[in-house]
Amino acid sequence: MATTDYTIPGEPDLETIDININVGPQHPATHGVFRMVLTVDGELVTDVDPVIGYMHRGNEKLPENCDYRQVIGYHDRTDYLAQFNTEHCFVEAVEKLTGITPTERSQYIRVILAELNRITSHLMFFGAFSTDVGIFGTAFMYAFRDREYVQDFFEEITGERLMYNYFRPGGLAWDVPDNFRERCTQIIGQINSGLKDLEGLLVDNEIVLTRCRGLSRVSIEDAINWGLSGPLLRATGLEYDLRKAEPYSIYDRFQFDIPTGENGDVYDRLLVRFEEMRQSVRIVEQALADMPDGPIMAEGMKRTLRVPEGEIYMRVEGPRGEYGVYIVATGTDKPYRHKVRGASFSNLSALRAMSVGNYLSDVIIILGSIDIVLCEVDR
Amino acid sequence: MFLLADNVWLDAFLRMAIVAVLVPVGVILLTWVERKVIGRLQQRLGPMHVGPYGLLQGLADTIKLMTKEDVRPDSADRPTFELAVFVIVVPVFMAAVAIPFTSDIFVRNMALGLFYFLAVSSLGIVGFVMAGWGSDNKYALLGGVRAGAQLISYEIPLILSAVAVAMLGQSLSLYTLVELQDNTPFIAYQPLAFVIFVIAGLAELYRQPFDIPVAESEVVGGPTVEYSGIRWSMFQMAEFVSLVLISALASLIFLGGWIWPFSADNATWLQIALMATKTSAFILFFMWMRVTVPRLRIDQLMALCWQILLPFAFLQIIINGLVLVYDWPTWTLTILSGAATIAMGTLIYYVSRRSGVLYQTSGAAQRVGSVL
Repeated sequence: MATTDYTIPGEPDLETIDININVGPQHPATHGVFRMVLTVDGELVTDVDPVIGYMHRGNEKLPENCDYRQVIGYHDRTDYLAQFNTEHCFVEAVEKLTGITPTERSQYIRVILAELNRITSHLMFFGAFSTDVGIFGTAFMYAFRDREYVQDFFEEITGERLMYNYFRPGGLAWDVPDNFRERCTQIIGQINSGLKDLEGLLVDNEIVLTRCRGLSRVSIEDAINWGLSGPLLRATGLEYDLRKAEPYSIYDRFQFDIPTGENGDVYDRLLVRFEEMRQSVRIVEQALADMPDGPIMAEGMKRTLRVPEGEIYMRVEGPRGEYGVYIVATGTDKPYRHKVRGASFSNLSALRAMSVGNYLSDVIIILGSIDIVLCEVDR
Repeated sequence: MFLLADNVWLDAFLRMAIVAVLVPVGVILLTWVERKVIGRLQQRLGPMHVGPYGLLQGLADTIKLMTKEDVRPDSADRPTFELAVFVIVVPVFMAAVAIPFTSDIFVRNMALGLFYFLAVSSLGIVGFVMAGWGSDNKYALLGGVRAGAQLISYEIPLILSAVAVAMLGQSLSLYTLVELQDNTPFIAYQPLAFVIFVIAGLAELYRQPFDIPVAESEVVGGPTVEYSGIRWSMFQMAEFVSLVLISALASLIFLGGWIWPFSADNATWLQIALMATKTSAFILFFMWMRVTVPRLRIDQLMALCWQILLPFAFLQIIINGLVLVYDWPTWTLTILSGAATIAMGTLIYYVSRRSGVLYQTSGAAQRVGSVL
């Protein structure tokens, strides 16, 4: 990247240097413990050097010493904002390897919880993004108010606020409370009214429009080449959603649209995420209407789950994009190889290309718009 | 005007002492008010535990800040670092001298009060640049440069809108300007100047959406990042006092100060109540702005200043000049200025929502993919 030529005719040459600015891991704008070293020429960013690894805990290796049911907890900890989606992925993988068919009721509950989890994750994104873009906490508090309703609901079901550990191969750990339907309907109402507030505060705000439109445009080809997935990919205009492209679980039974953007800029990413929340509400409503009664665990599940020899790559559409798990089973009760594909990691790898040449304050926004969960990046 | 003491000099000294004592106490109260207001706007309670309704929270914070260790970075440029605080705080107090709060309560009734206020209050910019440079911190340096650029730029529309009012009143004395508004406040004649004044004032206070120099999520507090304890609280005090002063100035020159909507010979308590109401309305508006709007980018901020506010401020001056020279009736001022206000609002709305012509960055910065 060439430095700007500041020489003035007739004046002695001024030597200018680019300075390095460290953003993170202890910076108000970093998400998680992500760190990036920015080279700035005045306000323009000429280079971005992402530094990851502060959160590495061996979440891929540790499960290789665990019973299959114990691994579920590690998936909660991989993407701590989309626990049900990640659990869904792993549980489906094990079910496909072993040939277990989960019960109807548990499938519906899984989908409802996963979609509600997508909403909480996106709400968290809007909260964090609002502080990145400079709102002094108000949109954050509004987003978190709505997220809290759902979070309380999850706590009622699973007994946990963060690490739910609720899905099991073959079904669920236990049945949902009796008032599940009423609570779900109530929560959908709260989310719908909360989305209106959030739209006015953040998405439809003139300054947000001014800041985000046209910022860091990504074309479809670039997005595919960089391996982007999720809202970032759909913002470029490509209609690709694993729930439709490769329907897993019972997603083929529901009517919903895939929101796409036009320019692939930061504002489109916002809009796509916002519309996705509405579509998730649609899915939850349909699933609630169709949800049957019945057992929540498949018949004939043994205490020790031995998975027959084989390997599988299972992927689901998480809130951040494609979340995949690769398992090699050798017939024992532990996975021989366990590898996770995190959407955050792939999306984050495009950060440098997306942000070089922009203003310092825009790089913060671009990082925010990628919506990373650092636990998923470092694993 | 009544004297606090028989001797004129003693009187002046007493008045200054009152300012010097009342202002920090007021700031402590104002921080409490701001935290409460922001808390309410964000569906929180705000401070609740120290004293009834957290009323003593400000006092507790003051004690904490005063007893905190005074940290100075080893590599900081010591004289610059330590002087910066004074360069920021002293002009703010100097500006407070010129503001008449009622027809009786003021330190000095200056013939050039408006001019003095604007001149003195812009001195603080130097302090920000000094703090940014002296801290030997990159965030602070960036913030200091941003502060210099922003505050100097927004001085101009601020001053020009004040000039428009001075043209109308044919005076630079705040006292005279207020007395001219016993029937109609100047906002009725100068809506455009008023809007520009409030926007530029918001930028001068570096509060949202113009908090670019101290942007938390970008430069982590900017020039103030290396300051702690009592030094940091001085920054905070300067910010809050400027908030009150700009609000007071706006209510004086646009809303009729202590006179409008009553008569010129109000009782003192009524004058105080009027000024307090108008000033608090502005303060609350600034607090409300602070928590609801996002931050602009530095180039958009500059575009807003130089491409929108400045031409329209000149337009206001031209309108005033035409009306004064050709002796048109005063209602033409209202109509022309009002039409210009609507035009400016439409322009800003159009630019932000429809096209984005003015705010777009250079094309090279926008395209992605070429750097890989």
